[in-house]
Amino acid sequence: MSKPKAVVAMSGGVDSSVAAALMKEDGYDVTGIMLKLWKGAAANNDSGCCSVDAAEDARRVAQVLDIPFYVLNFADQFSRTVIEDFKQQYGRGMTPNPCVVCNRSIKFEALLERAHAYGAHVLATGHYARTLLRDGRYRLQRAVQAGKDQSYVLYMLGQQQLQMARFPVGSYPKEEIRQIAESLDLRTANKPESQDLCFVPGGDSHAFVSQNVPQGSVSGPIVTADGRRLGTHKGFAHYTIGQRKGLGVSAGLPLYVKEIRAGDNTVVVADAEHLRVDGMDLDQVSFVAGAPGEFRASVMTRYRGAEVPATVRADGGSARVDFDEPQPRPAPGQAAVFYDGDEVLGGGTIRPAE
Amino acid sequence: MIYVDYAATTPMMDEALEAMLPYLQEHFGNPSSVYAAGREAKKGLEEAREKVAEAVGAQPAEIVFTAGGTEADNLAIKGAVAKADPKRNHIITTSVEHHAVLHAAESLESRDYRVTFLPVGADGVVDLDALKKALSAQTCLVSVMLANNEVGVVQPLSDVVEIVKQNSRALVHTDAVQALGKIPVNVASLGVDLAAFSAHKLGGPKGVGALYMRRNTPVEPIVHGGGQERGLRSGTPNVAGIVGFGVAAEIAAAEQASEAERLASLRDRLQGGVLEAIDDVDVNAGGAERVPGTTSLCIRGVEGESVLLLLDSKGVAASSGSACASGSLDPSHVLLAMGVPPERAHGSLRFSLGRNSTEQDVPAAVEALKQTVERLRSIAPKFAGRSA
Repeated sequence: MSKPKAVVAMSGGVDSSVAAALMKEDGYDVTGIMLKLWKGAAANNDSGCCSVDAAEDARRVAQVLDIPFYVLNFADQFSRTVIEDFKQQYGRGMTPNPCVVCNRSIKFEALLERAHAYGAHVLATGHYARTLLRDGRYRLQRAVQAGKDQSYVLYMLGQQQLQMARFPVGSYPKEEIRQIAESLDLRTANKPESQDLCFVPGGDSHAFVSQNVPQGSVSGPIVTADGRRLGTHKGFAHYTIGQRKGLGVSAGLPLYVKEIRAGDNTVVVADAEHLRVDGMDLDQVSFVAGAPGEFRASVMTRYRGAEVPATVRADGGSARVDFDEPQPRPAPGQAAVFYDGDEVLGGGTIRPAE
Repeated sequence: MIYVDYAATTPMMDEALEAMLPYLQEHFGNPSSVYAAGREAKKGLEEAREKVAEAVGAQPAEIVFTAGGTEADNLAIKGAVAKADPKRNHIITTSVEHHAVLHAAESLESRDYRVTFLPVGADGVVDLDALKKALSAQTCLVSVMLANNEVGVVQPLSDVVEIVKQNSRALVHTDAVQALGKIPVNVASLGVDLAAFSAHKLGGPKGVGALYMRRNTPVEPIVHGGGQERGLRSGTPNVAGIVGFGVAAEIAAAEQASEAERLASLRDRLQGGVLEAIDDVDVNAGGAERVPGTTSLCIRGVEGESVLLLLDSKGVAASSGSACASGSLDPSHVLLAMGVPPERAHGSLRFSLGRNSTEQDVPAAVEALKQTVERLRSIAPKFAGRSA
C-alpha cells in the first residue's frame, strides 16, 4: 500500500523544517510547499519569510530530506485578504492580527484546498500547538512547551480544517526541535527566530502603516475623556488601545490609550483605573468542536498575553465576554481566544467599544 | 519521466559530451597559453567558433562566446547602448521578451534611458506600426526576439529590420535563443546587427552562449579583464563547454529541417489530443507562426501550479509561466501582454518537445494531463468563489 500523502508548509525556518522531517519519519509521503505571499520589498529582504534566501533554505532542507519541494504563489490572495484587512482595521483605529487572518484565509483555506487537490491527506505546519481526537471530534491544544505555544493564532480552525491539520513540532520543546534539526544536518538548525511580520520590510511596521494607511498617519490631538488636550499624536493608526509607552504626555499618573476615534483623528487617554472594562463583545466567533452557548473559559486577548477568567455567551457569529474582574481594555481587532485548561475552545475578533 | 519542457533546457547530445571530455583533462590548457596544451585548447575553441558561425550564418570573427544566452543579451544591449552617442538614449524592445532582455532594458531605464516596450497582438506578434511610430533619431537600439520562449511565436524579424533600417540609424539585436535548431536561422540574411544564442537549448551544455556581432558593430564589453574574445568578453573561456556548444549547434542546424517537420507533427498531435480530451482549453497564439514542438495552453478552471505539481507526481515534466528567483510562478508577462486575462493566465501550461521526444510521449502526456485536470475540476466546485 502506498504511503499517505502529506503537504508540509515550509517557511525556511527550523520549525517547519523539522515538521517536514517528523512527518516523513511518521511514514508519510511528504511534499514541502513554500507560500509566496508577498511581492514587495520584503521579498528581497533576508529577514522576510518569503525571501529568496528563505526559499533556498527550505529547498535545501527538502533536498536533504529527499522530498519534493515547490513554491506556490499566493501573493494575490494574501494581498486581497491579509493586507487588505490590515489596512482597513488600522484605518478604523483597530489593531489587527495579520497572522490570524493569514491562518484563516491562506494557510488553512487556500493552501488547504491546494493540498487537498494535490491529493494530500494531511497538511502539516511548523506551529507550536497540538491536535487530538476525543469523543469523535478533533481538538486543538496548547504546545507542550507553554512558552512557545502558538495555539492562539489557530483558534479559527474547525473540524474541517483539523481533520487535515497536523502540528508535529508542538509535542516537543523548542530545544529538542533544534537538536533534531542538527542531528539531520539541516541548514536551518541554528537560524534565529523571526518575530517580524513577514510582509513588513525590516520589521518597521510604523513605516508600513504610514505608507498604507495615510489617513491614519496625520497628526492630531491626544485628549482626556473629558476633552482636555494633553498633546499631539503622530497619526491614530500608530497607536493601540492599552498602549502606555511613546505617548509623550504626562499627567502625574501613567496614562494609557483608552480609545482611538478614527472619525475625528483623536486619541483618548486615561489612567489605569479608567482603562478597565467589565467585558467585551466579539465578532467572527468560531468554535473548534461545536458552539457551547454559555460557558466559563480562560480568555486571552492578545498573543502571549495573560489568561483571564470569564463567562462567555455565544450567539451565532458573535459573543459577549464578561470578565470575573474588570480588566484593562483589550485592543479591538485582536483575537480573543477561549481556553479550557490546555484546550482551545474557540475565539473571535474583539469589537470596538460602543 | 516524460520530458516535455525542451524550451527550458535539453539533455546534452552524446556527441557534444564526447567532444567535450578531452578538453576537461587531456587538453586542459589555457587557450591563451603558447605551449602545446594551450594550442590544443585554442584549436578546440576556434573549431567551435567556426561551427557556431556556420550554424547561424555568420563569420567566425563575428562570434563572441559568453557564459550563456542571458549574458549574450546583456552584452548586446548594455554594450551597444554604452557605445552609442549619449544623446541617443532611446531603446525599443517588446513586451514579450525573455527576462534577460526585459530586465536588462529596465536596468537602463533607471539610468536615464527611455525604453519603449512594443505591444503585441492577441496572436503574440509584435505590432509593426507601433515600431514605426516609436522609432526616432534618438533610438540607438531595437531588440526583438526571434522566437518567444513561452508561446513559441516567431516574430517577423526581417520586417522589423527593414522598418528600423529605413527609418533610423538604430542597431537591431535579436534574442535568438529559442530559435536556433528549431527554425532556419541566418543572421546575415535577417540583417540583424546582434543576436544571442544559448548552448543548452539545443543539446549543448549549460553555462555557454554566444553573441553574434556583425563586423564593426560598436559594442562596449561588460566584463573586463584579460581581453579574451577580442576584448569583448574577458575571462578564461569555458573551452570544454564551448566545444560542446559547437558540436551541438552543428548537429542541430543539420537536423533542423527534418526535426522541425517531426516535432511540428508531434506537437500538433499533442495539442489536438489535449483539445479532444479536455474541455475549455485555449491554445495561445495558435494562429501565429510558431516554433515546431512548442504549444502553450490555458486550461480554464484550474491553477497552472496545481497542474504542474500533479503532472510532476505522475512523472511528467512541463512548465507554466515564467519562474522567478524563489521558484514560484507568476502569471506569464507574455500572456498578459497578449491580452489573456490574469485568471486565465494562471492556468497556463507549456509543452515543448525536442530531439528525444517520441511518438509514445504524446498519448502519455495527454492522458496524464486529462487525469490531472479531471481531478482538479472535480474538486474545484466545492471551493468555488472562495479563493479564485
